[in-house]
Amino acid sequence: MIEYITVFVLAAFVGYEVISKVPSILHTPLMSGSNAIHGIILVGAMLIAGSAHGTAQMTLGLIAVILATLNVVGGFVVTDRMLEMFKSSSPRRQSKGSAAQGGPESTGKGSQSGSGSSSTNGAAK
Amino acid sequence: MNIPSIPTYAAVIYLLAAVCFILALKGLSSPKHARAGNLLGAAGMLAAIVTTFTLHGISNLWLIAVGMVVGVAIGVPAARLVKMTAMPQMVAAFNGVGGAAAAVVAITEFSREASHPIAIYRIVEVLFSVLVGSVSFSGSVLAFAKLQEWMTGRPVTYPAQQPVNAVIGVVLLALIGASIATSSTLVVVILLVVSLIFGVLFVLPIGGADVPVLISLLNAFTGLAVAATGFVLQNTVLIVGGTLVGASGTLLTQMMSQAMGRSLPNILFSAFGSVVTAGQ
Repeated sequence: MIEYITVFVLAAFVGYEVISKVPSILHTPLMSGSNAIHGIILVGAMLIAGSAHGTAQMTLGLIAVILATLNVVGGFVVTDRMLEMFKSSSPRRQSKGSAAQGGPESTGKGSQSGSGSSSTNGAAK
Repeated sequence: MNIPSIPTYAAVIYLLAAVCFILALKGLSSPKHARAGNLLGAAGMLAAIVTTFTLHGISNLWLIAVGMVVGVAIGVPAARLVKMTAMPQMVAAFNGVGGAAAAVVAITEFSREASHPIAIYRIVEVLFSVLVGSVSFSGSVLAFAKLQEWMTGRPVTYPAQQPVNAVIGVVLLALIGASIATSSTLVVVILLVVSLIFGVLFVLPIGGADVPVLISLLNAFTGLAVAATGFVLQNTVLIVGGTLVGASGTLLTQMMSQAMGRSLPNILFSAFGSVVTAGQ
């Protein structure tokens, strides 16, 4: 039992820490992507259906597999379509979006090029 | 018949799948790697599913195959053909079925074990999964109906809303107590039904632009229900996958409500009038 609680607590911290500074344009795709990930319940549904005995258990197992499969395929396909939309939208709009959204990234680049130019300035002097 | 035990090779692949899920979440939070992240998550999922097929003690393969074919036959066209503007309600729908699956799996396993004396913590795991999974299911169905405009998208309030919710809450607590006392499957089924009603009542007063935030919260709920089912089945990949979504989904819900300039309690409860809104 305690090993499962250990896994649970560590996974909770990882889940909380792994997403940080998500640009708001990615809020819905991230929601949809994590929606697909909890489709892992399909493994549980398979275990139940695969060890079912009698009509009642088999029916419940079948229902669980159908529902969980919907969660998995629907989740991943919907997420992929959302992200496809970002790609296929006009390049200008996309670059505008990424410039507005990629705050930390673009500042990082800016400061890098800034320090680069200042060092060349220093070398020139 | 018991749940098949997980041999070492399968546990290793489940671990790899869990790593894929973590990297998928990481990828999805940056514009550059979002699509690759999603595909990595799908690859991890595929590996976990194929591995489960190979487990010794998995019988009824035809039953599982039929279920998967039906799920794919409904899910893929639904996800591919839906209009881009209808995406949020599709997320709600696919989230709801996941919550329902978690509840069904937990209650089925409970019905098998309940014939023997069963430890209280096992019952609590089942109850958590059934309660949260059912709330997520019925809440998602209602969120879907609101976004699809099958019903009004505005917050729905009615007289004595708070007393009604309080009564439902007390009934739920009583049913939880009764389930633990009797370990009867029938009581757990009643709990499931009352939880479904509670999910509807929880979502009714939330409307308009707040619904996407609500779906994100229900997504986190389903994650926690899946994790609870993982405890029931003693399966680590369910615990990790569900908990990752539960934790990251909670944070995402907070970020979404912040992006709207409001607090989460304000979004959830403002229609009740129980939280005084500063901005309105």
